[in-house]
Amino acid sequence: MEELKLIMDGKRLDGRGFDELRPIKIEVGVLKRADGSCYLEMGRNKVMAAVYGPREVHPKHLADPSKAIVRYRYNMAPFSVEERKRPGPDRRSVEISKVSREALETIIMTEMFPRSAVDIFVEILQADAGSRTACLNAASVALVDAGIPMKGIVTSVAVAKVDGQIVLDPMKEEDNYGEADMPFAFVIRNGKIESIALLQMDGNMTRDEVKQGLELAKKGAMEIYQLQREAIMKKYRTEEEEE
Amino acid sequence: MSEKSEKRVIVMPGDLVSTNPRAAGYGTYVENGKVYARVLGLLDKTDTSVRIIPLNGKYVPSPNDVVIGIVREVAGNGWVVDINCPYQAFLPAQENPECRPGKKANDVLDIGDAIIAKVVSIDPKMKVTLTMKDRVCRPIRFGRIVAINPARVPRVIGKKGSMIKLLKSELGIQIVVGQNGLVWISGDRRKVNIAEEAIYIIESEAHTEGLTDRITEFVKRRKEELEKEGTRNG
Repeated sequence: MEELKLIMDGKRLDGRGFDELRPIKIEVGVLKRADGSCYLEMGRNKVMAAVYGPREVHPKHLADPSKAIVRYRYNMAPFSVEERKRPGPDRRSVEISKVSREALETIIMTEMFPRSAVDIFVEILQADAGSRTACLNAASVALVDAGIPMKGIVTSVAVAKVDGQIVLDPMKEEDNYGEADMPFAFVIRNGKIESIALLQMDGNMTRDEVKQGLELAKKGAMEIYQLQREAIMKKYRTEEEEE
Repeated sequence: MSEKSEKRVIVMPGDLVSTNPRAAGYGTYVENGKVYARVLGLLDKTDTSVRIIPLNGKYVPSPNDVVIGIVREVAGNGWVVDINCPYQAFLPAQENPECRPGKKANDVLDIGDAIIAKVVSIDPKMKVTLTMKDRVCRPIRFGRIVAINPARVPRVIGKKGSMIKLLKSELGIQIVVGQNGLVWISGDRRKVNIAEEAIYIIESEAHTEGLTDRITEFVKRRKEELEKEGTRNG
């Protein structure tokens, strides 16, 4: 393991610089039966998000008389990883679903739709590192597509520490053999980062490294935000061109 | 953004649309004296008001809306109606003029029947009450129901009903547009087909300009085709 060099000549294994994102592709409105949907590729992550609602809550006892409830399901397909993943929720995906839901709850205006539910389903078709950030990005685009009232949009990106260096948007090798990784989700409003909606960390970082990581993540998030915005606008621009 | 006022600007949730909180209208929210968009939509901004015309979204009932619903359940004192929104609606028996003493509720309306009704109220518990005591209200026993995106309903109706008047007069058919995105069309089958196609075009191009002219042209062209076909067959 010690032989493995994750950084060589100031470049990462896939030739990226420390502050570069993996290539991102976003498509909006890919599922016709869903109220809002998004297909997103972030490096080798391939995820599909679908949003339904606001709709009636089933089972009924979950309904909140003062606001809408948000349900988020993060799920990995059995074929999304090299070794077959046993289907169904496990400890990891339940936790990711919870923190992601809490990130989105901060921006969705739930008080406008009492006694209803907003359901968000995100399926991972192919997993790389940072799948929760890819899922959050897809989910937030799908929410916009569904026309759900929100205060802003959520954009998510991770940073990692590999070979003592803080890098943006780690890929699988960096995640597995790196020293630490730290996913972020930001609330972006009017093209500016307003707050942090999700922050997790695995591994150890010093105070300065966290600060450095935050700056890097902010920069990456702004790039992703532009791509999210472009993807949404493109859907309506192409419709116009069909005339 | 402001110099392109001729063309409609598309805004996303969180975009700053105005710094005058008194101008805040539909589809916006105010925080710290600034007005932001809360939905994806077209920006409609004048000196005194800012509102967002949403491009997507669910129907939320408000009093006096005409809606088209489907009876989901028959109760002793009325009907539970699905009106294509996050909340179920209830039509009390006394609000249906066809209900007379001695007549059973399920003889008047049964599960699966479609109705045109009006929203009376929506209470804080989000219970929706309907009425059929209105001229437009009726049970639907014939014709066709077309489902469209509820956010596009205003375009199907047009400015002061211009679009719907156009379809009605050009094709000589009956149309009732429910605010919940369901449209009832009735009349000659071939003409209903044209109307249905026209409605789908309006739905998909709702956010574009000069739509009424294009629809007029479309309907005229399809009508001519129909007449040609008619003479050939006749």
